[in-house]
Amino acid sequence: MKLSRRSLLQTGVAAATLATVALPSFAQAIDELVIAYNVNLPSWDPTVGPSAVNPTIQGFYQSVFDLYIPQNPDLSFGSGIITGYGWNDDNSAIWMDVREGVTWHNGDPLTAEDVVWSLSRVANPETGSPIQFVWGKIENVVADGNRVTADVKEYDPTFFKWMSFLTGYVMPKKYYEEVGAAGFEAAPIGTGPYMVEKFERNAFVRLKANENYWGGAPEFKSVTIKFVTDAASRVAEVESGNSHVTLEIPYEEYDRLKAKDGLAGVAEPISDIGMIFLNDIEAMTDPNVRKAAAHAIDKGLIIDRLLSGYGIAIDTLQTPDYAAYDASITVAYDPELAKQLLAKSGFSTDNPVKFKIQTTKGFKPKDYEMVQAIVGLWRRVGIEAEIEVYEIAKHYELRAADQLAPAAFYNWGNSVGDPTTSTGFAMFGPSPHSVWDGQATFDAILPLWGETNEDKRIEGWKGVDRLIAENAEVIPLLQYVQPIVHATGVKVTPHRSGALLPHLMTRG
Amino acid sequence: MALLRTFLLRLVTTIITLFGVAVIVFVVIRVVPGNPIAMMLPPGATEDDIAQLQALYGFDKSILEQFIIWLSGVVQGDFGTSISTRQPVAGLVLNRLPATLELSIISLIFAVLMGGTMALLGTRYRDGKAEGVIDVIAGMALSIPDFLWGLILILLFGVLWPVFHISGRISPALNIDFSTQFYLFEAILRLRFDVIYDLIGHMLMPALALAIPLAAIIAQLLKQSLKETMHLDYVTLARTKGYSEGKVITREALPNAVLPTLTLVGVQFTFLIGGTVIIERLFSYEGLGNMAIDAVINRDLPLIQGIVILFALLFTLVNLTVDILYVVLNPRLRNAR
Repeated sequence: MKLSRRSLLQTGVAAATLATVALPSFAQAIDELVIAYNVNLPSWDPTVGPSAVNPTIQGFYQSVFDLYIPQNPDLSFGSGIITGYGWNDDNSAIWMDVREGVTWHNGDPLTAEDVVWSLSRVANPETGSPIQFVWGKIENVVADGNRVTADVKEYDPTFFKWMSFLTGYVMPKKYYEEVGAAGFEAAPIGTGPYMVEKFERNAFVRLKANENYWGGAPEFKSVTIKFVTDAASRVAEVESGNSHVTLEIPYEEYDRLKAKDGLAGVAEPISDIGMIFLNDIEAMTDPNVRKAAAHAIDKGLIIDRLLSGYGIAIDTLQTPDYAAYDASITVAYDPELAKQLLAKSGFSTDNPVKFKIQTTKGFKPKDYEMVQAIVGLWRRVGIEAEIEVYEIAKHYELRAADQLAPAAFYNWGNSVGDPTTSTGFAMFGPSPHSVWDGQATFDAILPLWGETNEDKRIEGWKGVDRLIAENAEVIPLLQYVQPIVHATGVKVTPHRSGALLPHLMTRG
Repeated sequence: MALLRTFLLRLVTTIITLFGVAVIVFVVIRVVPGNPIAMMLPPGATEDDIAQLQALYGFDKSILEQFIIWLSGVVQGDFGTSISTRQPVAGLVLNRLPATLELSIISLIFAVLMGGTMALLGTRYRDGKAEGVIDVIAGMALSIPDFLWGLILILLFGVLWPVFHISGRISPALNIDFSTQFYLFEAILRLRFDVIYDLIGHMLMPALALAIPLAAIIAQLLKQSLKETMHLDYVTLARTKGYSEGKVITREALPNAVLPTLTLVGVQFTFLIGGTVIIERLFSYEGLGNMAIDAVINRDLPLIQGIVILFALLFTLVNLTVDILYVVLNPRLRNAR
């Protein structure tokens, strides 16, 4: 084909027309908010099945359903469907007051019976609630007017905190009984700020604002959440204007994108932490080796070099937002001390102690690279660690079977910020999530499970954290920072739990 | 007769193949590390809780018992219930299959069109500069894997010149109630041009990413076959009759040269379907491949089994179709007794 001026012009006009037609209109005013989310939503029931305990999808659930007791963006506890709650004097019963004037998305009124049914349902082992072990600690749940009461079978000081956490959602009794599990999955309703308008599995969910929301109607009347699981695709989504908001992208991309015209960024710490489990086997039975391993890691350097400064170094399993955080517990970066400790056990750079460290690769930002850097720092003091990469599923299996390697990198989420759900479950020997079997830690933790005095309980956990840090029974590394990039036309309020919540977004 | 024999033989081997795949998949995914129960253990789970969960999902039985239970369900059309979605597996995979099929078929059409055009042009202008250029293009197309083509296309037509959609299968804002999951074919039948435009806008980049390497293979093989055919007597005869070179290639040489390419396209098409796993993930396309990755990450054993069996069935059906087409198109086989 010969290229004439006429054909060139025709091609140019056609291309320009095509570009104009196909270009997303998001570049202008934002009528419908589009979010590129990093995970898929497998199931709509937030109280049963494995999805119910998946922290990464709680943002979807919190958009449609209400937690009994919501958490504010700073993780403080707010007033939700449950407006007041407490224990009786001898902790043998609990009471809860249910908010009045709340309606389900289908217009039915929410009643105390919904709360009774929801709590009884997840306490029943046959429904498959993964958190049945918490909800099963109460029985005889009854409603009297707007007040719900229950007898306590086993005292758990964190019971009400679980009402802000995994599976702590109120479900619609009447509707669920009418439509059944399959019907609910096809057309879920809640009392939350958004209603499900359309759901395409593995593709997107379209939400419509709940104008009757008891907490006030959200600003964006229509929200589409696309499931874009590939980080590079999420970057392209927001850079091209196809999506207004995205999260969990590489920090380098975050820095690049937020500097672009029309885009902005917010990067705040969330309740997820990075840590190295130490299994008290092989070399890790030697306290000198453990302490040396802990003192040889320059957490600040790792955060600066690998995470572009987005992270907060921690020395216990508590972040500064958690109830039992104690800034006085520190584990200093001291390679000379590490060398001395190793020397006491007969190890040096010429005769290094050897063990295996397991890590995921790509599950969390720079996880493998961080472990590589740690192994490099260890080598300088006389520790030779062999890296084994595993999938997260294998980590769970090995951890449950107490078969992790002497060292294993992992991340831990604890949005309610209670020490039982961080130090407690990670370090208490009988827990399926712990690989530490030391008797001293077991003895220190055991009485805290049922401690009724809250101040004493929190102080007790601080003592446990101090004991663990002094004996280097785990190596806490950092609190993660969540990068969120958004169009300048949107104002995003990040939530410390890591959940990206559209009802907290307003026009910028 | 040959056609019937081929069909029956393939049917028997298909059943045996599927059974073999079922056994292998069932055993392998239970042997590899990554217990689905361990992934959903609550923080304070006791041994009793773990045993209860194992029983709830049927993992407390031996692998043989589990297999027999599963197989007896499969023969009745029940592939079990997905652990992660709590939905019947059969429904989940059959809902996603059309998306993958549409993407694969459109990719194949692109590949055939691009590869065929390159082969015809390369043959028409053989031994010249044009053939050299086509060889270089085909070499480049083949040496870059499909997922990298995907990233290149996203960068070019998603970010730098954003003319196509980067993710999904259809615009969420488009309100249309489909009767089937074959969105594109249904939109064509209903003459909904707005929907066709939207679907093609979503499908173009993933389809191209899948098609480009296959197009290169088709171009190289078909060109080689055409060039060999161009020296045969009947082609020379056509030339002496005064046919133009283009007509000689398309009318005389192509029908015979296409047969070896067809077999290869069949084999490569199965690879193309396999390639959808990564490409669908990259483009957040709601097909079987995307679902397969989630199933593996979540260790959703019933769903993995269902998807693998369906992929295996697809592969055997594609091979069967190719075999039948080969018999139909090849006069020697067609007339064999």
